Amino acid sequence: MVKFAVVVFPGTNCDFETEGAIRKAGARAERVWYKRSLKDFDGVVLPGGFSYADYLRAGAIAARQEIMEEVNEFARDGKPVLGICNGFQILTEAGLLPGALRPNKVPRFLCRWVYLKVTDNETPFTSLYEPGEVIKMPIAHAEGNYYIGDPSEVRVVFQYSDESGDITEVANPNGSVLNIAAVANEKGNVLGTMPHPERASDRFLGSEDGLRVFKSMVGWARR
Amino acid sequence: MKWKVRVTVRLKEGLNDPEGRVIGNALRSLGYTVENLRVPKYFEFELESDKPEEEVEGMCKKLLANPLIHDYEYSIEPVS
Repeated sequence: MVKFAVVVFPGTNCDFETEGAIRKAGARAERVWYKRSLKDFDGVVLPGGFSYADYLRAGAIAARQEIMEEVNEFARDGKPVLGICNGFQILTEAGLLPGALRPNKVPRFLCRWVYLKVTDNETPFTSLYEPGEVIKMPIAHAEGNYYIGDPSEVRVVFQYSDESGDITEVANPNGSVLNIAAVANEKGNVLGTMPHPERASDRFLGSEDGLRVFKSMVGWARR
Repeated sequence: MKWKVRVTVRLKEGLNDPEGRVIGNALRSLGYTVENLRVPKYFEFELESDKPEEEVEGMCKKLLANPLIHDYEYSIEPVS
């Protein structure tokens, strides 16, 4: 059975839910303290939270820890690397994904459900979605305003939309360029998402739409 | 040799600064005609080094600033 590491930094707080969602998707998952090694894992997930209390810039300090060299090797070797919320911020700060996550345009912490359009279903994390499908997941962030000088440099995977899939300014919660909510690297094996798929991985949570992120990832890692 | 270093990191022109906007609004509500308030980050520290410029430049590029969204400037003075 494939096995995923869920990396825990000081201040990470979504590790248990993320571990649970990976298990529900049919793989083994283990929470791994950032001082430990990632060898013997088939993929790595950087979960949400507030690593290092968001000091300096969200994700900036975690991105400079030694374990990120191993995460870098996963990315280079084509293994799945998924960053959720603070994990996405860490991946951009570490240079594993282009762009930066700036403070929300509306200057406050946003915690609510959003609709997302699946713009790219050809990544290892989105293969179980239909192209253009509209899904529902929660966001919970203060720094989720995705900025990139040239958006053609990145694979846009999810975009904030309205319920019918239209990419509108009203549907953009945080000021992100092109309503971008999730991006992947060129190969597709590194994904960063501000919405939390693990918080939408059971109908009792209000949505099961996020579970397919983990099921897609697990299915792809099994090949 | 020991140096006193002062680094200022600011958002590039044109990028919005939500914190600056809120503080600017609060000052305006106190009656001051403030415009375009921005909130840079300021760091000061002592550094033991033979090549302080090179090291401070490295610190800015690798951690203190994000070159995609920030400009930075610094001063380096010997500690007497």
